[in-house]
Order: sequence, then structure tokens, then C-alpha cells
Amino acid sequence: MEPFIKHTGLVAPIDRVNVDTDQMVPKQFLKALTRDGFGRILFYDWRYLSGEKPNPDFVLNYPRFEGASVLLAQANFGCGSSREHAPWAILDYGFRAILAPSYADIFYNNCFKNGLLPVTLTNEQIDELFKRTESNQGYRVTVDLQQQIVTDDQGQRYSFTIDPFRRDCLLRGLDDIGLTLVHEPDISSFEKKHLRVPSLQVPLDIKYHSN
Amino acid sequence: MAPRTLYEKIWDAHVVREEPRQPSLIYIDRHLIHEGTSPQAFAGLKAAGRKVRRPELTFAVMDHSVSTKNRDLPVVDLHAAAQFEALEQNCKEYGINLFDMHSQNQGIVHVIGPELGITQPGCTIVCGDSHTSTHGAFGALAFGIGTTELEHVLATQCLTQFKSKSMKIEVRGKRPSGVTAKDIVLAIIGKIGIGGGTGHVVEYIGEAVRGLSMEGRMTVCNMSIEGGARAGMVAPDETTFAYLEGRPFVPRGKDFQIAVDFWKSLVTDPDANYDATVELQAQELAPMVTWGTNPGMVTQVTSRVPDPLSFKDPVDRKAAERALVYMDLKPGTPIEDISLDRVFIGSCTNSRIEDLRAAAKVVAGKHVAKSVKQALVVPGSRTVKTAAEKEGLDTIFRDAGFEWRDAGCSMCIAMNDDVLPSGERSASTSNRNFEGRQGKGGRTHLVSPIMAAAAAIEGHFVDIRKWKNLDGAE
Repeated sequence: MEPFIKHTGLVAPIDRVNVDTDQMVPKQFLKALTRDGFGRILFYDWRYLSGEKPNPDFVLNYPRFEGASVLLAQANFGCGSSREHAPWAILDYGFRAILAPSYADIFYNNCFKNGLLPVTLTNEQIDELFKRTESNQGYRVTVDLQQQIVTDDQGQRYSFTIDPFRRDCLLRGLDDIGLTLVHEPDISSFEKKHLRVPSLQVPLDIKYHSN
Repeated sequence: MAPRTLYEKIWDAHVVREEPRQPSLIYIDRHLIHEGTSPQAFAGLKAAGRKVRRPELTFAVMDHSVSTKNRDLPVVDLHAAAQFEALEQNCKEYGINLFDMHSQNQGIVHVIGPELGITQPGCTIVCGDSHTSTHGAFGALAFGIGTTELEHVLATQCLTQFKSKSMKIEVRGKRPSGVTAKDIVLAIIGKIGIGGGTGHVVEYIGEAVRGLSMEGRMTVCNMSIEGGARAGMVAPDETTFAYLEGRPFVPRGKDFQIAVDFWKSLVTDPDANYDATVELQAQELAPMVTWGTNPGMVTQVTSRVPDPLSFKDPVDRKAAERALVYMDLKPGTPIEDISLDRVFIGSCTNSRIEDLRAAAKVVAGKHVAKSVKQALVVPGSRTVKTAAEKEGLDTIFRDAGFEWRDAGCSMCIAMNDDVLPSGERSASTSNRNFEGRQGKGGRTHLVSPIMAAAAAIEGHFVDIRKWKNLDGAE
């Protein structure tokens, strides 16, 4: 996983609450075998008209937001389906960080597993950022995970909180599985004790299915 | 020891490792996978040269993209075919139990888990699917995960997790006739909002919840995620034990008794604290219908499409305006005046045998309205399908003009060819009415099975409480 330390980039706003992951990656794109190439289809139904013509009314298609790498969003961003294709698509499109007042749990987790930083700010701060993005052509911010601040070149400065463990993993680009496997002896000794309960044991009817 | 909630008891029993200021490493008892979200996890595992730690604790099924028509024909959708093949290959390579599309046990992952007894009280259960919350109906801690976490479970049988907060949702009193488990959960989501449960594990309690069958409890827990909750659960009781006894993966004989004794300990202690509490009165509930583009945009069948101006919060107002444009609905329209193009009875929310029995009771001897282009019944599993056919439910549905299909996720997610066409309107027993969920441009109204059945007959929503002979049909 690519570490996230500090990123400066153009801000693109999605001014809708409760943006669900079905909108980010519609179902027809879930039939993939790899994690690659989802950027092209991010927000597919909103972004394209028939024949994959860009919808000029969708904000990410405005020329002024071309090349955006910080996504400004509203509350409960990423609700609904657990599809990790959503953060894959956001990253592959070119975004490195998201700024929103709140996120749905599974989506929030999935972001961290992929080096995408979801920053949580207050409603007032997010409203202010929407105003600034709207009124300043080419509005850019710097998201600094080390210092836990979002700044712009007009002197605006928002500090944010984040769980220290998640922060550390992102800063170092750590692979979760590798971290867990270090504790293999703990897992083994837990299993010995835990699996004494009959209903937690290896399922009985392992040969049951008739394929 | 301090009094603990059911959630805390299960959590504590699964902590492999914990350190201050760090997420805990928790053990996963049952891992369910399907073709849609697993290929990249296996690819990652392979790329890192890792093994599946406990293949016997993972169960795989094909459900999201399977055809509900003829399984003996080759899969036309090449992308879906590639996913089926990948799942088959991966299961073979790693020694994982697979219920493929031809297995007699095949079905929607959240229907077959409980049905086969893979789902049991006190277990931690995860799946790369948000509706994993369904399994919480058994007093299990069950939640949806992403593909990277799925890979983590395959490799370690554990997950790195932060403990959630707890929320108690109490539904007091008895459920009125015509009000189903689906209506209860839609009312809850309407009350707390679709982000209301974020960061929480919900425990459902109260007389109306206790009074539900296991299938009803599954419907309620299934939609916990639509209220934003990490998981939903109901403490196990005699109803739970009776449901489980004799199922293929449930312990037998003396071991069953030992299991039941353990399961009986899975209750919240009397003085335990929850971080949040919500209360509903069952007597005040009515059949519910969604009018917007998320499950929280919901109202009673006797009510009207709301006026966006009635929302105080400008953010809600804007969302409602947008939803009404998408849904092509005018404020003030009585819900019962909304006419429908298609009806879908199915999904991991409402496709179990009791759902089908209830819907069949409503449509028996009647016929789908001429204005309705398609009415689909998709059993949640092949076991449900077989049981329904034994009872003659398939004949009742067919005679009434419904299509009777094979098991799968079908038009809930429309990854196969069961799609709601653009501009058309459906009454659906599924769980999400998001834009484009059942097909791009499709307009979904979420309802209970009996409400969907009645809507199919009349061609528009009707208050099922006005219908006669509904005993047992909820």
C-alpha cells in the first residue's frame, strides 16, 4: 500500500448527502477479477450519458475540476454496499483524500486499507470548504496527515482527529495482513482454547454439500 | 465482572490480542464468501504467497450474478462466467466448501448460512457483503467487510477491529395484524435515519422482536446496515434453538445440549449500559412504503409523498427534492395512488419460506393486474424453492400470473438479467432503493412481501390491513 503522508491538490465537490457506494461503482462493474481500472467508471451513472458521453452537468466533468485529487463530500459518504470497488475507483480516478463530515463504517474502513485518507471535519468546516471551492477557481488544499491539518494558501487551517493506529498504518503504508501474521502464536493458542465450545468448533458436516 | 451487553460478551470471547490505543485482533468463526467480492482477495493472497489458514471455516456460494432462469445453459455473461470460474478454482485450490450454482443447497449467502446451520449464536461471522448483519438474528456478531479484510480473514482467520458502540432498539408491545418484520425495520430506519446507527452495533429487544420468528428476526437484522449500523443482533432464545436443532452444521445429541447451555448465556446482563437507546411502540406501526432513494425515505401506506418543504434541515430538503425528481413523484400524492410496473419478491431480506407463504396467501385465487408488466418470485435458496414447491406455492404464484424462478440475488442488485428497466417503477421486497439499484433509471419502492403481493394484484399500493383472511400472512 502506498503511504499517505501529505498531499496537495485541486478540490472537487460532490454536494450530496448519503452518497452510496452503488453510485460510486454501479453493479455491472462488480464482475471484475482485479482491482484495477475502476477510475474510468467512478460515478458512472451520474458521470456519463448514453454511449458513455460525459454528462456536462455532473460536477466532475466541469473543466475546472479536471485533475482534482481531493474529494469534498457531505455526510454519511459511502453508505450502503460493502464493495471495496468504491475506494478503488476513487483512488484510481486520482483522488488521494476525501473531506467529509461523516462516513459510513465499512467504506471508512475500506479507504484505510487502500491508502486513501478519509478526513472527518465538522459540518461548519465542510460548509466553508464548499463555499471556498465554489468561489475560488482552482481551489487547492494541502492535507497533512503527519500534522493532522488541512490548509489552503489563503491561510485557512483545519485540524482533524484520526485514530493513531490508522494514522500510523497510512503514514507507513503498512500491510494489515503482514502485521497480523506476526502474532501467529497468539492466534494458534487462542484457537486451542476457543474451539473447545462445540458450536464454535470446525463445522460438523463438512462433507455435507452435494456438488 | 461488570455487567455486559450481548455484543460485549461475544466481542470479549473473540479477542485474540489487544493492546491499549490499538484495534483488537478478533477471531472469526465463520467466513462466507461469494463470487462478487472475493476474486481480488484470492489474487492478493496468491501474489503474497499466503495460504488460507482455516479453509474449513470458510463457505462459498454463487449468488450475486447467477441466472434465475435456466442453470443448465452456459453463462452468457462472460464477466459473470469468469467470476464463477474463479470462485470454483479458488475453492478447489484452497480446499473451501463451495455451493456452486448447481448445488441443491445453493442460494443467497445470507439465506443459506442460517438454513444450513452454519450461522450459530455466539459466533463471529463475516462476509464481503453488507447484509451479513442478517446473521445477527441468531445472537451472532455478524458484519460486512471489504475485499482487503476478506483477504485478511482468509490468511489469518482474524480481523483487526475497533470496538463499536452499542445501541439498544426496543420495539414495545404487540405487532398489529398486517405489520411485518419488514415494516418494523423500515420504521426504525425512518426514525433513526440511514446514518443513525453508524459506529454502533444494534441489539433489538422488546416484545415485538421476541414475538418474531427466526425469519422475521433475520429480516430486521438484515436491514441494520440500512440504518448505518455495523451489525444488528437479537439474543438467542427457545425460538432460536428450535430453529437450529437438526440443521446440517449444528452440533447433535449431547453436543447440541452443551451448545444450547452456552447459547443461553448469550444475553445482555440486566444492568449493562448501552451507548444509545431507541424506542418504538409496535401498536403505532403500519405497513411501510419507501418514497425516495434511500431506505430512510419511508412512510406509512396511508400517508402521502412528503413535500420537501416540510423538511426543516436544508440538507434533507435538497435530498428529498432530488429524490422526488428521480422517483418522478409529486409531493402530496397518496402512497396508495402510486402505480407499479413490476413487482419483485425476493432478496436476502424477504425470500424465505414464510415470506413466500405469506405472499402466496395474499395472491391465491387472484391475478396480477394487467398494468403490471412483470411479477417475479425469486426464492432465497434452492431449499426454500423445493419446500415451497412441495407446498404448492409455485402453482399459486404461477396461477396468479407471477414468474417462479430459481434462487439468487436477482433483481435486488440486478447483476444477472433480472433488471428493472429505466423509468419503470417497482414494488420490491429487497433492501435498497438507491438510484439505479435495480437497474439504471429504475424506481424502487421497498415494502414487505404481503404489501408487494397485494400491489401486484391491484397494480398500485394498497393497505394490506384492509384485506381479509390475512391470518398468519405476516
